[in-house]
Amino acid sequence: MQLETRRPPMCTYLLRVPSRGRKCLLRGRAPVLSLFVLLGFAFFASHARAQESPYIVTYDHYLEEPGNLDVEYFSTFGTQREANDFHAFWMEFEYGAKAWWTTEFYFDAQTTFHDRTLFTGFRWENRLRVLQREHFINPVIYVEYEQKNGADKILKEVEGHDVESDYADPNLALSQEHDHELEFKLLLSKTFKGWNVAVNPLAGKNLSAGHSWEFGYAMGASHPLALMASPNRCNFCRENFIAGIEMYGGLGDADSFGLHDTSHYLAPALAWNLPSGWTLRLSPGFGLNPNSHTFILRWGVSREFAGFGEAVRQFLGRL
Amino acid sequence: MKFTLRNCVEYLQTATLLTASFTGLLPICACMVSAKDSPEQQAQAKHEESVYAEIAKAPEKARSQRNPFENDPDAIAAGSKLFAQHCAECHGNMAEGGKKGPSLREEEVQDAAPGALFWVLTNGVVRRGMPVWSKLPEPQRWQIVSFLKSLRETEHVSSLNSP
Repeated sequence: MQLETRRPPMCTYLLRVPSRGRKCLLRGRAPVLSLFVLLGFAFFASHARAQESPYIVTYDHYLEEPGNLDVEYFSTFGTQREANDFHAFWMEFEYGAKAWWTTEFYFDAQTTFHDRTLFTGFRWENRLRVLQREHFINPVIYVEYEQKNGADKILKEVEGHDVESDYADPNLALSQEHDHELEFKLLLSKTFKGWNVAVNPLAGKNLSAGHSWEFGYAMGASHPLALMASPNRCNFCRENFIAGIEMYGGLGDADSFGLHDTSHYLAPALAWNLPSGWTLRLSPGFGLNPNSHTFILRWGVSREFAGFGEAVRQFLGRL
Repeated sequence: MKFTLRNCVEYLQTATLLTASFTGLLPICACMVSAKDSPEQQAQAKHEESVYAEIAKAPEKARSQRNPFENDPDAIAAGSKLFAQHCAECHGNMAEGGKKGPSLREEEVQDAAPGALFWVLTNGVVRRGMPVWSKLPEPQRWQIVSFLKSLRETEHVSSLNSP
């Protein structure tokens, strides 16, 4: 059911432009502008071909190559019972600081249909490889700081007792809630005979007073459509496609741990790694219980830029 | 001070947050410290251990593995393509070496057992900046090894043709 709500006169956060009579500069165009940012980078840097996994929520143990910048845009369309459907989107800037350390910034926003578009927050994520070499299971420590408001709908993770009805209120009401959150994940992953299997338990803590630790999980498996590379450069070769499946959900909090009163999703996923350095991802997701959104569709486009760190160093050296 | 269950939980939460903050700050500090090394110190550190030393660390079991695509021209062509896509950025377009990666035309690489090269490719040399490449399926890593091994013949042919 689509609820008609009056579009409010102004945007919140970065989308508000006071000098223009409080018109929203980016309303409804933010995803397009994000793509322009991505294309802008494409013109100014050399590319590297990425071998990206199809996962959107789950992480494997592979980090960004040192000095490279991966710019990613993702969308999540979600259905919402008893409220309006939404389209949440985010930009990621993932930089390989070292071979054992990847750092990443996210900027999140969303549009709820018949409601407003708003910037919902940012995240700073760090992934640290623990072991120098490949082992039977490869652990990576994930530490993230999030500053977001209650209207954040990117569903990048499910934790605690996150349920569909949390997102039903109008954006104006949801955006009044401000969260400062630390999130920790242990990324466990293994690749064998082309199969990657990854399991990510997570624990998150809202730094505002009165919140207990919340828990969640994500896991996935993926496999390329072909293991051998063909001798010629090609866009549609089977080895360019990686298919997988993800499952993720909440595990309650410190006071009420478990699979109950939270949401869970199952999502097949496909990644297409193009020789030009672009990666396209598509993942339809299905809610597994009545607390979950019935259907979410995610897609993303990303491009890896080689030698970004070196280019920045050279630029700064010239100043 | 009373040791209630709530106190204990709060203590554990604080300890965890401090540990996490430390974990997050550690790499930043490490980078700052390493950035303070002078170029001479960095050059000396590099010189102390040969960049090819990692090949010798390959265990015997890995070293004795045979390349399933040995002398397969298709594998060499595919390996060349994969090398251009994933390795040339650091090791140079012709594997001659670059700013970040050493030359792969040197005898340390060309004389190494294919299994040892496969092992280095799989495990990377993380502390020297080479990422692990186990995300490439095994056959693709062997195709890259085939290409690397073919470089010697290419060099031999070009040296015969040169006046």
